[in-house]
Amino acid sequence: MENVIESKNLKKTYGDFTAVDCISFSVFRGEIFGFLGPNGAGKTTTINMLTGMARISGGQIFYFGENMPIKKAQALIGVVPDESNLYEEMNGFENLCFCGALYGMAKKDREKRAGLLLDLLGLKEAAGKKYKAYSKGMKRKLTIAAALVHSPKILYLDEPTTGIDVASVRQIRNMIKFLNQEGTTIFLTTHYIEEAERLCDRIAFIVEGRIIRIGTVEELIEGTKETNSVEIFFDKRKNDSIVILQKLEAAFPSVQCLLENDNSVKISSPEKIDIAPFVGFLSSEGLWISEAKLLKPSLEEAFVKITGIEIEKMKKEKEKK
Amino acid sequence: MKKAIAFWNILLKDMRNYYLKPPNISWGIIFPFAWMLMLFIRTKTAFNIDEVFPGIVAMSVLFGTTSMLSVTITFERKARSFERLLLAPISTELLIFAKISGAILFGIINSTVPIIASVLLFKANVYNPVLLATGVIFLSVVSTLLGLFISVAAKEVFEAQTYSNFFRFPMIFLCGLFVPVSALPFFLRPLSYILPVTYGVDIIKEAIIGTSIFHPLLNIAVLTAFCLFLFNFSIFNIKRKWIK
Ligand SMILES: Nc1ncnc2c1ncn2[C@@H]1O[C@H](COP(=O)(O)OP(=O)(O)OP(=O)(O)O)[C@@H](O)[C@H]1O
Ligand SMILES: [Mg+2]
Repeated sequence: MENVIESKNLKKTYGDFTAVDCISFSVFRGEIFGFLGPNGAGKTTTINMLTGMARISGGQIFYFGENMPIKKAQALIGVVPDESNLYEEMNGFENLCFCGALYGMAKKDREKRAGLLLDLLGLKEAAGKKYKAYSKGMKRKLTIAAALVHSPKILYLDEPTTGIDVASVRQIRNMIKFLNQEGTTIFLTTHYIEEAERLCDRIAFIVEGRIIRIGTVEELIEGTKETNSVEIFFDKRKNDSIVILQKLEAAFPSVQCLLENDNSVKISSPEKIDIAPFVGFLSSEGLWISEAKLLKPSLEEAFVKITGIEIEKMKKEKEKK
Repeated sequence: MKKAIAFWNILLKDMRNYYLKPPNISWGIIFPFAWMLMLFIRTKTAFNIDEVFPGIVAMSVLFGTTSMLSVTITFERKARSFERLLLAPISTELLIFAKISGAILFGIINSTVPIIASVLLFKANVYNPVLLATGVIFLSVVSTLLGLFISVAAKEVFEAQTYSNFFRFPMIFLCGLFVPVSALPFFLRPLSYILPVTYGVDIIKEAIIGTSIFHPLLNIAVLTAFCLFLFNFSIFNIKRKWIK
């Protein structure tokens, strides 16, 4: 797989304070790569270094395998900063056209592209309205559009959905998926675990300037899973739970069976297990099964286990901000 | 070509968003007139237009450029929209050149108002029109660069305003506009000579009245040196301070 962005021992210090501590990672072509971490973890600082908004204190950055000057790289990237930052006095359409012009786009091209993006993000009606009259969600969407006018190969999104309404969040997430399907490589930071889980192909957990772990959602979860469990639910009016338990124990001596409630039984094993054999066995015994599921730890649990950070605390800190 | 598009659009945006906004235009026009009126009232008689002409021209340039540029830059930095410019694939030099071009043009346009008014209304003479244009252009460039120098130093819009006033008002009295440099107390004279504006005013005086301290070519040489120094020093500071 081709490395579109590569960071080698990237470091940022402010005086004595180390904001980003020698982090290394690669982002592959066409993927959505997520940085997930709490306040002050160094997410924005990393993006700033990668996009030329902060000087690097150490390490190297490669774009498409090349250690190119940042001004050259900037032509290939689009950036959505953590705060929306367009021109208050200009309307939506003018803002987008101006951003296109900064990348040297011809008038006809940038006007066409601006119209298309306004349409795509549902801002057509607001195109003629001044940016300062936009709602927070609209500002966010326009800021995303502004990063896309010049059709960048790589898109940086710094907390694209923090603090905006549900409908806009949905629209933005759909847009991210759409762009990715069109071939844009995306680097995204977030503190919403469910956002990372839903959107990202791979996620890096970042805490206090260090990457604690990188992987796909499955890999991150797999690493923290201690046991493999299956839970089977049945209709208690039609079945005797004790009988079921006994039958299961007799048929599968290598697993551990436990009555969870009076309508479900939990099966655990140190080995990898699947639902099918248990369901097959119980239905061949003529029992009524209403539900059966593999019990997986969530990404949230994996995050807590790996980083030792309480999710609720992280959310509250954000809301205070 | 791409660079030209970026340059032109930054200039155009600043012109539309800041310089050509109604309050600024009228301010640029009213200010020189207010000065003439004030002098007129003070002297109670028809004053000698030739004496105040150079001063009014120089001030319309000076006041237009220094404040506008520093305010627009600090404003955009505060609102963070300036980051858009730093993120664009254009060099810092080109970006800053585009930003100052708006202010330079504004200063030049501002100066045409008192020039036209003096010539048409007060029948003032211009000894050397080409030299006057040269002087206005140089003064506009150098005072814009002073404005840039201030913007780099300031964090807040009000700070930029304070600094530019701090520079501007003493400058008016030290640069030989109303009091000839030769008439200043001698311990103040070195201050006059380190102010770039003094040399711009000298060119304008030569152009309008035909008398000056230095030869125009020497003035131009000194101003060019000041411009190069201020531009490069500001770029150096911007790269150091604005990209942290
Ligand atoms: N200009 C600066 N000077 C000094 N310290 C800074 C500066 N910018 C950031 N920091 C510090 O660096 C650390 C990382 O900050 P950064 O903004 O990258 O975090 P983040 O992960 O983006 O957090 P958030 O979720 O709040 O956006 C923080 O402790 C912050 O206080
Ligand atoms: Mg941040």
